[in-house]
Amino acid sequence: MSHSSTAEMKVYRPPVVDIIEEGDELLEVAMGPHHPSTHGVFRMDVALDGERVIRLKPVFGYLHRNHEKIAEKASYLAAMPYTDRLDYFCSLTNNWAYALAVEKLAGIEVPERAEYIRVITAELTRIQNHASSIGFLMQEMGASGTPLMYAFREREKILDLFEELTGSRMMCNYMRFGGCRVELPTGWLAKAQTIVDGLPGFIDEIEALLTGNEILMARTQGMGVLKPDLAINAGVTGPMLRATGVNYDLRKVDHYGIYDRFKFRVPLGDHGDIFDRYMIRILEMRESVTILHQAIKDIPAGPIMDPKSKIRGFRPKPGEAYGRIEAPKGELGFYLISDGSGNPYRYRVRPPSLINLTILEDMCLGQNVADVVLIFGSVDIVLGEVDR
Amino acid sequence: MLGEGILKGLGETAKNFAASFVSKDRLTTIQYPEERAPVIENTRDFPFLVYDGEDKMAGLRCVACQICEKECPPKCIYIVKSTDKKPDYVGKPQIYPARFDIDISVCMSCQICVEVCPFEAIKMDTEFELSTTDRFGGLLYDRDQLARSNQHYHKIHPTEAAEVDARLAEEKAKSEAKAKAAAEAAALKAAAAAAAPKPTPAPAPAPVSVKEPTA
Ligand code: SF4
Ligand code: SF4
Repeated sequence: MSHSSTAEMKVYRPPVVDIIEEGDELLEVAMGPHHPSTHGVFRMDVALDGERVIRLKPVFGYLHRNHEKIAEKASYLAAMPYTDRLDYFCSLTNNWAYALAVEKLAGIEVPERAEYIRVITAELTRIQNHASSIGFLMQEMGASGTPLMYAFREREKILDLFEELTGSRMMCNYMRFGGCRVELPTGWLAKAQTIVDGLPGFIDEIEALLTGNEILMARTQGMGVLKPDLAINAGVTGPMLRATGVNYDLRKVDHYGIYDRFKFRVPLGDHGDIFDRYMIRILEMRESVTILHQAIKDIPAGPIMDPKSKIRGFRPKPGEAYGRIEAPKGELGFYLISDGSGNPYRYRVRPPSLINLTILEDMCLGQNVADVVLIFGSVDIVLGEVDR
Repeated sequence: MLGEGILKGLGETAKNFAASFVSKDRLTTIQYPEERAPVIENTRDFPFLVYDGEDKMAGLRCVACQICEKECPPKCIYIVKSTDKKPDYVGKPQIYPARFDIDISVCMSCQICVEVCPFEAIKMDTEFELSTTDRFGGLLYDRDQLARSNQHYHKIHPTEAAEVDARLAEEKAKSEAKAKAAAEAAALKAAAAAAAPKPTPAPAPAPVSVKEPTA
């Protein structure tokens, strides 16, 4: 062993490759593509020394649907329902990011009311995404069902709200270039208010259920540590990045939409381990609730669509644009080049799930296989977005 | 104390368990085939074609303009235009779809066809128990299977259907008024022409003025 102090090893496990002796036999395991912990079809080719992970190679692409090329061949509008299917937990934020890119490209203004509706739906999306991602993380830890079902019970209420507004629970296809598709149904805001009022109770409940739990702490604290410098260099964003203590939230940095009008805090982690990621998600849900309270209170009356924007025959001037938002999983961006025709010349998605997954090996080296499942779960990915 | 957090968590689940006997809020699941949650009004799944009146085929609002076919993202609509015409809701002769197929197995319920249709002819249904043993033919719906009455539309989306009906009635009234104005103008012209036969008015202006408003 070339390392001098064992104390150093405890804090930051070194690359394990050099601990292997010449002639050691490694066990190569393919976790996935149909592994219950992989959130879909995803494979990790793991090389093990006993229980220790020596190498980990992520294999993507099982769910590739050619989204970007299809969008280049279809009209701008026709790509909108496909964006729902990227991160299918958060279709409304996907819609928003794409609409934002097209609005930048074509210089379309969004009316006040539509901006508020976008914020309300996006924050509801964030809450249900974080709740279920915590649920799935616990599922992977072996807490079969209970926390996940508690999260889903709350998510159900939010999905019902979405269904009432957009017609669909998950494939909302709601936002349009220059606004939103339909007006809020009568009584929707009141219902949303009731649900938002109930959310702090839910977050308290899930915290009572989990946060102090000794098993959870033992299995997550100090596990899968990600260093801030590596996170920044790898382009990691979202709760993953903030758990390492880097203060970077596009809602604060970019002020897209109308986020500069709301008062909210950006929770930051300290250690960059799984527990911090869990905690960040809990705290972000609380902050989202405060944003929701402000947005529901302030939402003005008025139109929800820019009257100048067209649904059919939409042809933006030649140019390029990059629209990005703080999606629940990180920075979701759409890069578009227009050549003046009815379909984008180039259409590219910057998926937070994929980019946050690239540092998986760095977090897993030297850990046990059982913890790989947890580390992977704490990244919070959706394969629809990773593979596109 | 070690285990305190676990006990606290267990307390939480116990609370939920006990409360599920008394509070409806805690008992969130329903026993699906026997019990059903009410369908939310705006729900959408697959498109249907609206017809007015009694006869399915005669009352179809669709005029086979093929806009929806062109805009449908996965291209699951297939339309063949008719060669003859039938009167539409304002009584104007229009072509109609000789074939109108939607492959439900490809449709992704995006509602874009509904949004782009200028004739309020295609709407989203809420029927979700559509499973069939025939994977290909069973999920390819033709115009006969797709046609649903306006009453059905009113039943599943009352608010939206009322708005649509109001809009259509307004359009119909407008086009009737237009036709009436055109007829009156034509009559006036004819009368003027009859009253002043001297300057030999060309017979052309009258038909043109009749045609113009309807076009
Ligand atoms: S709902 Fe969407 S996919 Fe289905 S037929 Fe209409 S446009 Fe096509
Ligand atoms: S449903 Fe509407 S858009 Fe489609 S062909 Fe008929 S009239 Fe045109």
